[in-house]
Amino acid sequence: MRKKEREITWMKVKKRKNRYLFLLPYALIFTLFNILPIVSSIFLSFTYFNILETPRFIGLDNYFNLILQDDVFITALKNTLVIAIITGPVGYLGSFFFAWLINELPRWVRSVAVIIFYAPSIASNVFVIFSIFFRGDVYGYVNSLLMSLGITRSPILFFLDPKYMLPICMLVIVWQSLGVGFLSFVAGFQGVDQSQYEAAYVDGVKNRWQELWYITLPSMKPMLLFGAVMTISSSFSVCDVTRTLCGFPSTDYAARTVVTHLFDYGYMRFEMGYASAIATILFLMMILCNKFVQKFLRRLGT
Amino acid sequence: MKEKKEKNMNIDAPLSAEDTAKKATTAELDEYAKERAALAKRQKKQVVKHHKKLIKRRKPNRSIGGDIALYIFLIFIAIAMSFPIVYAISSSLKPLDELFMFPPKIFAKYPTTDNFSDLFVTMGKSWVPFSRYLTNTLLITVVGTFGHLIIASMAAYVLAKGDIPGGNGFFKLVTLALMFTGYVTSIPNYLIINFFGMVDTHLAVIIPAFAMPIGLFMMKQYMESIPDALMEAARIDGANEWKTFMTIIFPNVKPASMTIIIFAVQALWNNGATNVIYSEEKKTLVYALNQIQGGGIARTGQAAAVTVIIMMVPILFFIFAESQILETMASSGMKD
Repeated sequence: MRKKEREITWMKVKKRKNRYLFLLPYALIFTLFNILPIVSSIFLSFTYFNILETPRFIGLDNYFNLILQDDVFITALKNTLVIAIITGPVGYLGSFFFAWLINELPRWVRSVAVIIFYAPSIASNVFVIFSIFFRGDVYGYVNSLLMSLGITRSPILFFLDPKYMLPICMLVIVWQSLGVGFLSFVAGFQGVDQSQYEAAYVDGVKNRWQELWYITLPSMKPMLLFGAVMTISSSFSVCDVTRTLCGFPSTDYAARTVVTHLFDYGYMRFEMGYASAIATILFLMMILCNKFVQKFLRRLGT
Repeated sequence: MKEKKEKNMNIDAPLSAEDTAKKATTAELDEYAKERAALAKRQKKQVVKHHKKLIKRRKPNRSIGGDIALYIFLIFIAIAMSFPIVYAISSSLKPLDELFMFPPKIFAKYPTTDNFSDLFVTMGKSWVPFSRYLTNTLLITVVGTFGHLIIASMAAYVLAKGDIPGGNGFFKLVTLALMFTGYVTSIPNYLIINFFGMVDTHLAVIIPAFAMPIGLFMMKQYMESIPDALMEAARIDGANEWKTFMTIIFPNVKPASMTIIIFAVQALWNNGATNVIYSEEKKTLVYALNQIQGGGIARTGQAAAVTVIIMMVPILFFIFAESQILETMASSGMKD
């Protein structure tokens, strides 16, 4: 039986070999720049490698060093997790919430609203403007406001004081977080079958919340999964915002993230093996978080 | 004479057969296009009807108070969200004395384009001609985007419609690649680029961009909505795979193509490529503009202008293609 199946598969492969030619260019480049790097990154993480010499196998030493001796990595890990755990869900729920709110607006208002909400995430480095708002002297807008209201007496060094760095970075990240997932949600809301709502009114659905829970959510599950994937991969890889606003390195490494740690060891100290170990940990965190969230989302509404 | 005629006939015969095949496919296509147009019309009518209904008879579960509160809330949030961008644009239009004015004004009192003209002067003085940076970025963006479009659509076509063994497995790998970012692979990527001798060439940016997972993902999901019957008709008419792809599939996925183009342009336009390109004359526009921006307090005005220039390109592209992107996004979901 199984042999027969295999034969059928083989027949298919033979008959449709032209189609593989279509896939070939993409598959080749994809393997070369996405699959192979992951595999080699995992391999290199078990070695000492400084680009000049051939990699030397050192077992789990990199990982032991990372976890037991590298205080900065622990800070970076903590920061990344804090940022991901706060901005990830806030951005995700925010995307969903705003997509839901603008769904019933007239068409042109909706498209303007989509542009306004989506623009921060593609406006590359506009977030630099926040460094003017939160400037550390009396001429910083937030500082002068706080001082004129009598909340503080001396200006706060927002980007130098470890107490304030992460919260402000997170504010900026949340501001940028209505990304591709948001677009997917907007389209998803539009695609919900209207007759379902009408049926639901007859069945006694009473308010917006019930509509959302019983009809909209279940029919948007594919978009919810997609949005989650996009949110997780972006919220674990924060580095531009913290690096630009708080400096690299930042005071006391208070704004260091896993990705900036990776850059530090990979591109400045050229300890590629060590950097690969960091990359592998980041990779595992992203994949595990994704698997977990997907499992959770699949159960939603059933 | 007779021979010639025969030859003519011989040539004619296959031609005419092909012609009929073409006609059949075009007829099929026309029908499909008409169907789509009719559907769009109906949908539009429904939307209009829906709006009219909104005016006449509101949805049963909505209260006027709730709606007004919602609008006020949305307007408030929209102002807060757009404030940094609006402020960036208005700063770029401020003369220098107003830029340093305290307390600041949101809108310039005497708006001017001096910052932009100053920026062009600075650009003119750089030792690598500025047109060079622009050409580099255009080259990377155009070649990368179109290569990505073609290569990803071809792959998406067989994954969505080809029914080939191993296709699903490959697509799962691509979705897995969506789950981590490029930072994870940056170091081995550099080694691989180096292995192929592409360091310090534009290929180092262009080739990896060909295989961005998001493009294939969007395209494949969108292509699934094209009816199989359309392709089967073409195949029966004798069109080969390439012809089917170019004449049936490609014209029918315009929204998805547009989306892929926009995403690729966003990614490539913002690519400073500082890791893989060292020579000054090969660097990108964004890199050069960032250099000007980093010029300290004397360049404050120009820095504001730079921010606006870099930001505007992706945003304008998005505004231009919004409806098509949203149409593509409707099929962006992950089924399993």
